[in-house]
Amino acid sequence: MTTPGGDEPGLPARQEPEQADAPVVRTGMFGVHGTQDTSGYGKLQVHLRPPLVSEPPYGGYFDALAEALGSGLQADGTSFGDAIERVVVFRGELTFHVRREHLLAVADKLLHDPALRFEIFTGVSGVHYPDETGRELRAVYHLLSITHNRRVRLEVAAPDADPHIPSVTPVYPAANWHERETWDFFGIVFDGHPALTRIEMPDDWLGHPQRKDYPLGGVPVEYRGAKVPPPDERRSYS
Amino acid sequence: MTETTHATPGASDADAEATEGRVYNVAGGDWDDLVTNDDERGPNEQIVVNMGPQHPSTHGVLRLVLTLEGETVTDARASIGYLHTGIEKNMEYRTWTQGSTFITRADYLMPIFNETAYCMAVERLLEIEDKIPERAKLIRVLLLELNRIGSHLGGIGPFGLELGATTIFLQGVRMRENVLDLFELITGLRMNHAFVRPGGVAQDLPAGGIEAVRDFLRKAPAWTADLHKLIDANPVFKARTEGIAYLDLEGCMALSVTGPMLRATGLPWDLRKSQPYLDYETYDFEVPTTNTCDAYGRYLVRMNEIDQSLRIIEQVLDRLADRASVANDPWMIQDAKIGWPGRLSLGPDGMGPSPEHIAHIMGQSMEALIHHFKLVTEGFRVPAGQVYVPIESAKGELGCHVVSDGGTRPYRVHLRDPSFHHLQAVSVLCEGGNLADVIPAIASIDPVIGGVDR
Repeated sequence: MTTPGGDEPGLPARQEPEQADAPVVRTGMFGVHGTQDTSGYGKLQVHLRPPLVSEPPYGGYFDALAEALGSGLQADGTSFGDAIERVVVFRGELTFHVRREHLLAVADKLLHDPALRFEIFTGVSGVHYPDETGRELRAVYHLLSITHNRRVRLEVAAPDADPHIPSVTPVYPAANWHERETWDFFGIVFDGHPALTRIEMPDDWLGHPQRKDYPLGGVPVEYRGAKVPPPDERRSYS
Repeated sequence: MTETTHATPGASDADAEATEGRVYNVAGGDWDDLVTNDDERGPNEQIVVNMGPQHPSTHGVLRLVLTLEGETVTDARASIGYLHTGIEKNMEYRTWTQGSTFITRADYLMPIFNETAYCMAVERLLEIEDKIPERAKLIRVLLLELNRIGSHLGGIGPFGLELGATTIFLQGVRMRENVLDLFELITGLRMNHAFVRPGGVAQDLPAGGIEAVRDFLRKAPAWTADLHKLIDANPVFKARTEGIAYLDLEGCMALSVTGPMLRATGLPWDLRKSQPYLDYETYDFEVPTTNTCDAYGRYLVRMNEIDQSLRIIEQVLDRLADRASVANDPWMIQDAKIGWPGRLSLGPDGMGPSPEHIAHIMGQSMEALIHHFKLVTEGFRVPAGQVYVPIESAKGELGCHVVSDGGTRPYRVHLRDPSFHHLQAVSVLCEGGNLADVIPAIASIDPVIGGVDR
């Protein structure tokens, strides 16, 4: 800021003109760096919580469902405890945490067992927990039974180092695009999927954007040969 | 089968070299000249046609890759991703309340459904589902059903246009315009409302709001009757839709299809009836079905759902009229830790916090100012956990999977969009049919690419 008329008597002295070529000390008004906090306060803390575990009885139709699944698996020589890591009942919703090697068997039982009959596959949603070592990547499946008017959620974990989960497309063909999306966004490889290619991002895209280690913004956009730098690199606003 | 031939309108020579086989560039030319002058083509040759992503009949930027043998489609693949905007990723960087602003933009023909599914998921995580004020629930149902009408008309009108009938389009859009006028009156915007918020809705109905909806209800039956008269027995429309895009109950079950496509097979599956939310079990309405399993049946189901939505809206208005005498009837949860501080009002420069609230926080109470500042900038915390809330949207089951880590922003939000799911059925609906039938097949799914790509 320069003050006008600094040389006139009775007015404060003229300030030094602003240095346009002075080094920039603050950048990154766009995007988030270092912290996940966008409030401007910068000291919000979120603490890691121990995983929830529910013990039977689970209440409602959940007990009958778990029992039917257990006896169905037992008939195939797998015990309920082998296939299901833990059961969580939270906010009236039932989640089976399934060990990935048993996912196909569990999905098969859930669809074909007359006591279960989850006909409607309503999608896969990936979640990335970078702090939970050994089980960073999760695929969350939601199933609906029209026959019994019930819902259940399956959650399968895979480590970042070995991001493989068997595809449920042999049981639920409708999982096809959902698994492609989860591969695209999280990098979970669904073994046995007929054509696991990117679906939302361009085919030659690098990285999996919905992972927590992937920044918001920060990627140049190329269109018809011209490159547009990401917002945080265009110019400094501060 | 000989070499594969690609017909790529507007493809450059460079593209032609990169593409395998022979490329026909038909931009500005006559297809007949091209084919008759070409003696290399065998009689049974397959042609791969790239339709979209800028094709007017594909509902936005949907791209179809079709393999043709003459007029018959032997292979149909849908390619999506041209409208991916990272809505889910962006939401992880904003507060829970701001999430409403993002998710409303997913399927832009049914924004209220997106907002409601998301807000109900947040409310379930907060354990405040039973504390949502009655008035907020009524306004939500009113807007949801208006939006269902708007979305169906946004499907039926362009359906006609895609078959070459501009009158159907204009009649459909005329009625939809009136729905959008109501939205503008109630929420301030014709789309991207961000009106449903965690804890309730942003505002009460404006003065004259109920009368405007009543006026709409008076006129709507004539408009739907016009559409019925124009389309139902129209020989051209029936020839283009009857028996087209056949998908029966077994097919729907195998592909997990829901919504009007499922109800057109005769199964009355509607989450408003089977797993009610927002007190839908207290409203008197029916679930329309047909058993034709084709594009015509889906059209009929949508038209009949419009009539049922009008019935529900009438009941909502009666209940709102009954509550008119309730003093200070809230539309946002009465919990100062969650509900947005202060009320909105219309000023000379648009919508903003009411002058009374500004006077209170700026001139009277320091604590109120701090509270306002913290809640607006930092937001509220939501207990850690995950929920999935499904609602019956105009296009099928719309689910919102929300994960919280206990912070002031969503850890992960995933929208299970019915359009995304149902586009998987394109190959089943189109293969073996004529090329011309691809258009009614896509239109009978009624996909909106904003929701597909998010």
